[in-house]
Amino acid sequence: MSTATVARPAPFAVNWWARFGYLLAVLYCLYALSILDISWDRLLAGLDNGARFLGAMFPPEFKRWKLLIDNLLESLQIALISSLFGVLISLPVGLCASRNLMPDWLTWPARAFIAVCRSFHPVIFAILFVKAVGFGPLAGILTLIFASIGFVAKLFAEAIEEISLKPVEAARAAGAPFLSVLSFAVLPQVLNRFIGFSTYQVDSNLRNSTMIGIVGAGGIGGTLAAAFQRFDYSFVCAILLAIIALIMVSEYVAVRVKGVFQ
Amino acid sequence: MSAERIWQRFTPAERMARFVVFLVAGILLAWSFRTVEIIPEFLMDAPEQVADLFKRMWPVDYAYYERGVHAVLIETLHIATVGTIMTLGIAIPVGIMAASNVCRVPALNWLATFILVSSRSVNTLVWALLFVAVFGPGTLAGTVTIAVRSIGFVGKLFGEALEESAPGPIEALRAAGAPWISVFLKGYWPQVSPAFWGIALFRWDINVRESSVIGLVGAGGIGMALDEALNLFHWDRVALILVCIFAVVVIAEVFVTHIRKRII
Repeated sequence: MSTATVARPAPFAVNWWARFGYLLAVLYCLYALSILDISWDRLLAGLDNGARFLGAMFPPEFKRWKLLIDNLLESLQIALISSLFGVLISLPVGLCASRNLMPDWLTWPARAFIAVCRSFHPVIFAILFVKAVGFGPLAGILTLIFASIGFVAKLFAEAIEEISLKPVEAARAAGAPFLSVLSFAVLPQVLNRFIGFSTYQVDSNLRNSTMIGIVGAGGIGGTLAAAFQRFDYSFVCAILLAIIALIMVSEYVAVRVKGVFQ
Repeated sequence: MSAERIWQRFTPAERMARFVVFLVAGILLAWSFRTVEIIPEFLMDAPEQVADLFKRMWPVDYAYYERGVHAVLIETLHIATVGTIMTLGIAIPVGIMAASNVCRVPALNWLATFILVSSRSVNTLVWALLFVAVFGPGTLAGTVTIAVRSIGFVGKLFGEALEESAPGPIEALRAAGAPWISVFLKGYWPQVSPAFWGIALFRWDINVRESSVIGLVGAGGIGMALDEALNLFHWDRVALILVCIFAVVVIAEVFVTHIRKRII
């Protein structure tokens, strides 16, 4: 009969490292807030201001609904066209970037291209394209094509890298040419995910197309920025409600489309 | 004797639905191409303009870094980090409210969903415009923008992680008579904390990108320097700022990927 008690670790031991980490985070916040010149007074003053701002926004003014609808439709057109080209370009780029099918000398440039597209926010592309092709929806379309490549091509490449290589090997062993390998061994494994990414990107492009107009690249963002500059807050409110409604509709449509392709 | 059977992967209804999706997509695209206002002369002119752009950007004005970029670059990182930390403080309660297995009041679930959806539906730049109007131009507006915009993302993913947590430990703690807060800290939190920190890091990475542009509408950070350089047509400085943003974004992404590998 041994009565020796085994020293057991406390079931809910105190994690000093975690506490130290939280302390550091708090200290960092205090330091950063002092650097950023953020204080309680300013926040309170802002809230006061915000209440007045909200007061000016309501009720939303829909008198200029024709302008609103025209701009929303332009945003929608930008989103659709850019999604089409974005996905079409992403297909070969994503394929070139997949390391299991392509040689190194091809994957590196493709990956670098995707990284550049991903690193810059769409607004930055929009500024550059506004300089290159002038104000208007064309700049917006080009912007969102690049934004789409950065996202969709990366996911395409990852999806292709995750496929089972057995069908590919079988097709190759049977002497299939490269395009047949792609269409009969690779594509069936990834098509559903491709459609998922693409519908997601349409949705994401629609969100972005409502924003890039702020820097002059077409769509409803331009009207929004102009309304802000004229302190026309009731029209701002109408525009925001319209954007939110459009995005909710598009989310609903995206869910239904995904359901069809399940 | 067996008649020749034709195997089909999809039912007629499924095929019809697919056809309708493609048809509608085609019609919408055709409509877009026909009505979008594109001026062909501008497109023809583009290569010349792009060449001009690069010519003006070269050589990059590296000397300007010390004077005009370093401070705002650090400011951008601070905005992203503080904004993310503020988001975590708000997104944890909202995520808990959104998880239907933790919070069993449907009204609160709905409220949380509403907060999450409205935070995500409005674009960062639009939030920035709003908060610049509220708080005045500056870093405060930027930090609040980042915080408010991220709630939707962090709260949604955190709520989903909570909903997927295993009920066993929670039941055990409840059976032992643990109060609500202990059930959360010792039952749910250990299960979701790797996911939570992963989500927070991922959002920080996104926030570094976003905080570099919200300055374009006056919300602080490197975007304000970019805006100034653009308005003055200092394209060599624009090039420098773009290089800096690219470097920071790449470094942030590499950093986040490394830490995520360790904690997950």
